[in-house]
Amino acid sequence: MAEHKEETGSVGHIAPAKLYVAIWAILMALTLTTVLVSMVDIGPMNVVVALVIATIKGTLVVLFFMHLRYSPKLTMATVIAAMFWLFLLLSLTMTDYLTRAWSTSPGH
Amino acid sequence: MATAVQTVERENYLNSNYGIKSWLLTTDHKRIAVLYLISITAMFWLGGFFAMMIRLELLTPAGDLVSSDTYNKLFTMHGIIMVFFFLIPAVPAVIGNFVVPLMVGAKDMAFPRVNLLSWYLYMAGAITALTAMVTGGVDTGWTFYTPFSTTYSNTHVIGAAIGIFIAGFSSILTGLNFIVTIHRMRAPGLTWRRLPLFCWSNYAAAIIMVLGTPVIAITLLLVALERAFHIGIFDPRLGGDPILFQHLFWFYSHPAVYLMILPGMGVISEIVACFSRKRVFGYEFVALASIAIAVFGFLVWAHHMFVAGISVYAALVFSLLSYLVAIPSAVKVFNWTATMYKGSISYNTPMLYAFGFIGLFTVGGLTGIFLASLGIDVHVHDTYFVIAHFHYVMVGGGVMAYMAGLHFWWPKMTGKMYPEAWAKLSALLVFVGFNTTFFPQFILGYMGSPRRYHAYPPEFQVLNVLSTAGASILAVGYVLPMIYFLWSLRYGKDAGPNPWNATGLEWMTSSPPPTHNFDETPVVTWEAYDYEHQPQEEITVGH
Ligand code: HEM
Ligand SMILES: [Cu+2]
Repeated sequence: MAEHKEETGSVGHIAPAKLYVAIWAILMALTLTTVLVSMVDIGPMNVVVALVIATIKGTLVVLFFMHLRYSPKLTMATVIAAMFWLFLLLSLTMTDYLTRAWSTSPGH
Repeated sequence: MATAVQTVERENYLNSNYGIKSWLLTTDHKRIAVLYLISITAMFWLGGFFAMMIRLELLTPAGDLVSSDTYNKLFTMHGIIMVFFFLIPAVPAVIGNFVVPLMVGAKDMAFPRVNLLSWYLYMAGAITALTAMVTGGVDTGWTFYTPFSTTYSNTHVIGAAIGIFIAGFSSILTGLNFIVTIHRMRAPGLTWRRLPLFCWSNYAAAIIMVLGTPVIAITLLLVALERAFHIGIFDPRLGGDPILFQHLFWFYSHPAVYLMILPGMGVISEIVACFSRKRVFGYEFVALASIAIAVFGFLVWAHHMFVAGISVYAALVFSLLSYLVAIPSAVKVFNWTATMYKGSISYNTPMLYAFGFIGLFTVGGLTGIFLASLGIDVHVHDTYFVIAHFHYVMVGGGVMAYMAGLHFWWPKMTGKMYPEAWAKLSALLVFVGFNTTFFPQFILGYMGSPRRYHAYPPEFQVLNVLSTAGASILAVGYVLPMIYFLWSLRYGKDAGPNPWNATGLEWMTSSPPPTHNFDETPVVTWEAYDYEHQPQEEITVGH
């Protein structure tokens, strides 16, 4: 059966050292950005910016340092599923928190 | 068929080597299944003991047998043990562990050592939780709701939470093993479309274990941290939100109820096909319904929170999504029924349990629909109606399926037949006892009797006495198998490799199977449940 062989891993894949250095530089730059932004008061956007930057950094680490980019499809699917489930948890929870104030029951 | 021809004992997983060490250090999935069997059986009796104490207290309206504090601890420990330490591991870790590698024609699980580790984690979690119970108990209910659990309870919440946290990792590892085993270890020719439905449903359950369990683990850890260090996740005075706990708890715990039922549904598919001598009707739909249940199961959790103060709009969304889950569940029930239609049915014990499952699960599922509708839930939330609902699905469904599977694969696990007449009697007792225990609770709940109190108004006594009487019958129904299974180890007739004349690779090796399962790797050239093309032999054992 085809399914058995096609998913074999990329054991020993070696990415060029230059790439690792580049990713490292980007991570450092993003860290610096986080620090700098935290010094400016942009209200609730502070949290948003920090989280967005953190997400980008996490993605880079997973893709390159953890070799997800060169991994078999099954590994990709596993990681994507985990992210998707996290998305479900956050978004459906937000259906509650974002709409609680809309309630117009008597006494409010 | 069982006229034992084997006079020389063949090498098998039980007699290949002896001694405690050979068990405690084993990496054989079959031995690990037996380790799990022994441990969860012990937990079942302990949980059952707490249940009997609860029912005895409720025999009379006055709170006379135990104090209200003790009663709170009793139902909490009953719930924690039965959910986290019995029913969640029951079908996957015992039957799945034993049967899945055999079904896919593999020598073992993908990660045999991780499999053993999962049992040790289970034991560590169980011992931690039991220690908390022995040293004073927990009184929060198995749901650990905040702010009671984080701020007000004076019992061993942290110990119990950490016990469940540890056991959670055991569950994650089991799930991981199933996923990789089913992807990677299938015998040549065993395509996804030929995979037995028991594997499909364990695969679906594994998705829940791997993706859901981390959330409950971290949530309970947060409860422990908030209790110990006041970190302000759930406590409003510290900027937290107590309802956030319920969101996080039910994000796992609703899917967890499917985690408890899905592997059981797989058992039922195997048994219904075998004892109807027919291919499962709509095989693809039953297989995909498992995946659908696993995924949709994650979209409905807030139906436990309709009266907890969530927004009306969220409640509407979750109510609607809850109705959605009923669809794949119904697909299964209809397809089992259609499988039996015009089948040549035999009424052996596993099939009796399967009948019980189908009927009771349907009642449980349909009352779930009642509860998912907003108006009705306001009335019956936190009453005995909910208790009856989830016992119909978890005991009527989950435990019935576990018993069905245990009887079905017992001959494979031990090489011995259990005594059929006794087994039929106990299946009957379980069915009658179960309904007598839990049907009255629907009525009690509808009349407004709240759950989790040790006393109740006198007008509810008749139904409560009925319920306690039923529980005693149920207990006999569970004690009997314990006795005759043990008896059969010594005195049971030899089962032979395939006493039910069933299809499936697990039946093509000897019973008990050799350590490496198959003398040579099987090659599959046929569809699952190819009963129509099998010799129409009667099932001869046990008549
Ligand atoms: C057919 C799909 C199902 C639906 C629509 C459904 C719906 C519900 C709802 C709305 C509640 C909350 C009631 C309340 O607290 O007011 C509930 C409670 C519960 N259900 Fe289900 N249910 C379904 C199937 C199941 C299954 C298959 C299981 C277990 C195997 C299960 C186990 C439970 C448990 C344990 C609770 C109570 C938890 C607690 O508060 O302690 N349900 N169900
Ligand atoms: Cu639920």
